[in-house]
Amino acid sequence: MDLVQILSLPLIQFFSATTAAYVLCALGIAMQFGFTGLLNFGQAAFAAVGAYAYAIGDLFLHFGPIGSLAFAVICATGFSFVLGIPTLRLRADYLAIVTIAASETFRLLMTSGQLGPWTGGTEGLDSVGNAYYKMNPIPQGIYNVLGIPLTEKQLWSDLTGWSTVVVCALIMLVLTRSPWGRALKGIREDEDALKSLGKNTFAYKMQALTIGGIFGAFGGIVFSIDSQTVQPTVFGTNFTFMCWTLLLLGGAATVLGPIAGGMVFFVVFLFLQHLLQGLQGVGILPFMTQDQASQIPFVVMGVTLMLLVIFKPQGFFGNKKETQING
Amino acid sequence: MSQLLKVARPGNRFIPSLVLFAMLAVAFSALFGATSAQAATAECKPHDVSAAFMVEGTLIDNDKPVVGAKILITGEGFNACGITDDSGYFIIDAPKAGKYVASIDTTTLPAGVKISTEGNQQAVDLISTNDQSVLFPLGAGASTATSFLDQLTGYAFQGLNFGLMLAICSLGVSLIFGTTGFSNFAHGETVTLGALLTWFLSVALHWPILIAAAVTIVLVAGYGIGQNKYIWRPLRKRRLGLNQTMIVSIGFAMALRYLFLILFNGDTKDLSGNTQQITFGAIHTTNIALISMVICVITLAAIAFFLTRTRIGKATRAVSDNAALASATGIDIESIISIVWLIAAGTTAVAGILFGLQYQANYLTGANILLLMFAATTLGGLGTAMGTTVGALVIGMVVQVSAIWIPTDLTFATALVILILTLLVRPQGILGKKQRLG
Amino acid sequence: MADLIAKGTIEPGCQKVDPILIADSVSRSFGGNKAVDVAHLEIPRGKITALIGPNGAGKTTLFNLLTGFDKPDTGTWNFEGRNLAGVAPYKVARIGMIRTFQLTKALSLLTVLDNMRLGAQTNPGEKIFASLIRPIWAKQEAEITERAETLLKRFKLDTKAADYAAALSGGQRKLLEMARALMGNPKLVMLDEPMAGVNPALTQSLLDHIKGLKANGTTVLFVEHDMHMVRHISDWVVVMAEGKIVAEGPPADVMKNPAVIDAYLGAHADSDLGDVR
Ligand SMILES: Nc1ncnc2c1ncn2[C@@H]1O[C@H](COP(=O)(O)OP(=O)(O)OP(=O)(O)O)[C@@H](O)[C@H]1O
Ligand SMILES: [Mg+2]
Repeated sequence: MDLVQILSLPLIQFFSATTAAYVLCALGIAMQFGFTGLLNFGQAAFAAVGAYAYAIGDLFLHFGPIGSLAFAVICATGFSFVLGIPTLRLRADYLAIVTIAASETFRLLMTSGQLGPWTGGTEGLDSVGNAYYKMNPIPQGIYNVLGIPLTEKQLWSDLTGWSTVVVCALIMLVLTRSPWGRALKGIREDEDALKSLGKNTFAYKMQALTIGGIFGAFGGIVFSIDSQTVQPTVFGTNFTFMCWTLLLLGGAATVLGPIAGGMVFFVVFLFLQHLLQGLQGVGILPFMTQDQASQIPFVVMGVTLMLLVIFKPQGFFGNKKETQING
Repeated sequence: MSQLLKVARPGNRFIPSLVLFAMLAVAFSALFGATSAQAATAECKPHDVSAAFMVEGTLIDNDKPVVGAKILITGEGFNACGITDDSGYFIIDAPKAGKYVASIDTTTLPAGVKISTEGNQQAVDLISTNDQSVLFPLGAGASTATSFLDQLTGYAFQGLNFGLMLAICSLGVSLIFGTTGFSNFAHGETVTLGALLTWFLSVALHWPILIAAAVTIVLVAGYGIGQNKYIWRPLRKRRLGLNQTMIVSIGFAMALRYLFLILFNGDTKDLSGNTQQITFGAIHTTNIALISMVICVITLAAIAFFLTRTRIGKATRAVSDNAALASATGIDIESIISIVWLIAAGTTAVAGILFGLQYQANYLTGANILLLMFAATTLGGLGTAMGTTVGALVIGMVVQVSAIWIPTDLTFATALVILILTLLVRPQGILGKKQRLG
Repeated sequence: MADLIAKGTIEPGCQKVDPILIADSVSRSFGGNKAVDVAHLEIPRGKITALIGPNGAGKTTLFNLLTGFDKPDTGTWNFEGRNLAGVAPYKVARIGMIRTFQLTKALSLLTVLDNMRLGAQTNPGEKIFASLIRPIWAKQEAEITERAETLLKRFKLDTKAADYAAALSGGQRKLLEMARALMGNPKLVMLDEPMAGVNPALTQSLLDHIKGLKANGTTVLFVEHDMHMVRHISDWVVVMAEGKIVAEGPPADVMKNPAVIDAYLGAHADSDLGDVR
């Protein structure tokens, strides 16, 4: 058991592009749930739509990085309309049901042999983002960031991920502090009250769902550019639940919450995983295999999500008064 | 209403449920008892109904089916075989999309039945379709591809079978929603638990399937009561919002899923000990499937009887209709909810067991059909038992029959389409009431 | 006075000289119970109309129907000649018909001032793209805030402006909701029991405010159980019982109407009909 490794490996996650990807998805859910009260249990699908649309635009349609990004945004918007139009006039659980159903269905659709030429079927796609990495202005070399050696490619991808986070967080900050954001908070609490004041609540909910979905799509794109692949298995329900956990850790109705939550979450999660694997390695968990030991953190994550919602709904950064979202 | 006042008496509140499960156990034993003596014969792997890619056909020689012939498929670094049944029909699962070659093991052909060397090398293309019919030109006659009507009959039968199972697990979602207003996203895991526990008891511990199934039902029913008592009831007491409760349920689902993964590993468990192919005309099925359908019908009938004829059942419906009113008439809502959880988990365990027996099971089995359960309850009307049954039958049927036109790995997508269309056209569902939309 | 409002004989469902809202055969049943069954109703423009009736008469349900929050089984109605049947609630409010709720819907997780600002209907910052650029909406927002503060003062809530609405008492929430509705500059304001739970000392000032609204040309329709108040400020009274309009007229006449006394006594004999008896 190498203690140094157990402690230092997770720290890489602190500012990795993968963390940024999850944070983006969580920011999206914060927009939808934290500020508007919408339950999106299919953020993985928005991420997948973003990732696949970007990859297909990049690899097959030759839209270039900017064009592919725009294409992904259009697809995510369309997806949000397909999910939102039937559900946003109804009680909150219908959106939850439809999003979780759509997320599983979309993943199955992407693995289907029929779409293989476009999606790579179960194998997924690779070489995603080659065009983007050509734009990398950082000279070749190994860079030492807080003691962690990174290639210029990794650095570029991490920078991309986190600058997207910063841009999205700023947009969200401005939006949620504007009169538009005030209307969202009103809807979160009592939709009928807002209707009686002449607010088109359906349109607001649709807008919040779409913005959150686009943030999710950005998350998917960052994820796939970082790994240079798009794999359908990544975008299972776990992806969504992980986003919810780190969101609620930080605080659902905050902008900084998901960011801090994401950093803390991955460091703790990976630390736990490495620790358990290490313990198993030295025979402290005799009745378990290495694989089983590394799955324990997922159980912990599920339980953490439950406990957070029940005992600390405002998360560690939220304002208790403002987050008693009922419904 | 006054008769409802008495339901809160603690002494007898679980008795009707126990009777229900005793009936089920008897049904299981009667049906499995009849078949347990029969031995498994398959030397080739039996067809898995959930398989994504398959090759099928019927061997006919001079208008007579060729029985017991062995068909082989090879390709993509893989080979598999199938044996023709009494009607000459065979079906072989392929692991993935690709190009294969199908041939008959000529040593298994009855005397007098001949096939030319080139006729015995049939190309199978599982890239543009998932379900390829193969024709072997035999001697004077020729084998026939499955006709459309036969295909339809076959799939419709599978749809009925699948829909019945879906109905008993969706009823759990529906009953819980009806009485508490809570959509349980961890319900899929109850199905998984039923399937995996039975596997553990019957395959790993070598218990007889009947005892394993009965013990599973009891344990899972207890798990339902415990879940309500230690998680959902305290949350109701805390007046946690429904949205938050749903988020708790996804956390719970995730924790359970990985717990199952740790306890049972990720591989697919085969429960189907003594499966035998049975053919009626165009319907190719198994003894297990038939038993499963009978058990589902009995379960559904038992639930219908419970809800319409017993005092607690009537109280349950009163709570679903209007909890405040029911409470005002003296019904103890919490004890009704306990009973609902007991029944929901117990019947869902039955579904899980049947699922495992027919389609195999792994730690994601229930999670994978959660979409179908929600589609079924929404289509039928959230919170109505009758509606859920109808919805589940429709979804089961559509998911299976659509395989005629669309690749089998996409048939689940039809459920999403139905779900969205339902919400657009009639959000309260076929039999739901408008007020529930809130 | 009465003949300035009604046209022809004064009877349930009678025509008005200048109606702002006209409803025809509006009905709604819950199960077998016909909660609303209004054959014809006209609300006079620029006047204060009280809608009274015993508990369960269908007043709130009628409000819900007219403002689009509930769908009627039958019926049409129009507001200033504009058909409103089937129109979404938010559009009804934008057209100028703003209602309050009997069970208050103060947004308790927002501040009192934010509640008020939400009542304004012409804030460009409520549009998603415009909201991103502060200069587009800053001026309007300031005007809205100023108006909100003036109204809050009137409703004696100015000291609470920065508090979360959760901190308000029941009566204060009622006041906030009424003030918030007025932020939208309604042509017709529909108040469902606005004075329930409000401190009597404040009631008088609010009644004056309502009268002031009338002076500015706003039409008021309100539901109230306090007959003293009804007598005091209303120009016209409509009486509902068991879903139907059973009487109409100027307050003094209506309260002498046997049908009204019957409706109230039939429902609950201890009801106080003001200085009628
Ligand atoms: N959502 C509903 N479901 C079933 N019945 C309802 C519903 N809303 C109202 N009712 C019934 O309709 C009738 C009219 O109710 P409504 O609330 O309109 O009366 P109201 O005149 O406003 O009474 P109050 O003076 O007590 O406020 C009552 O009998 C009530 O029980
Ligand atoms: Mg009322």
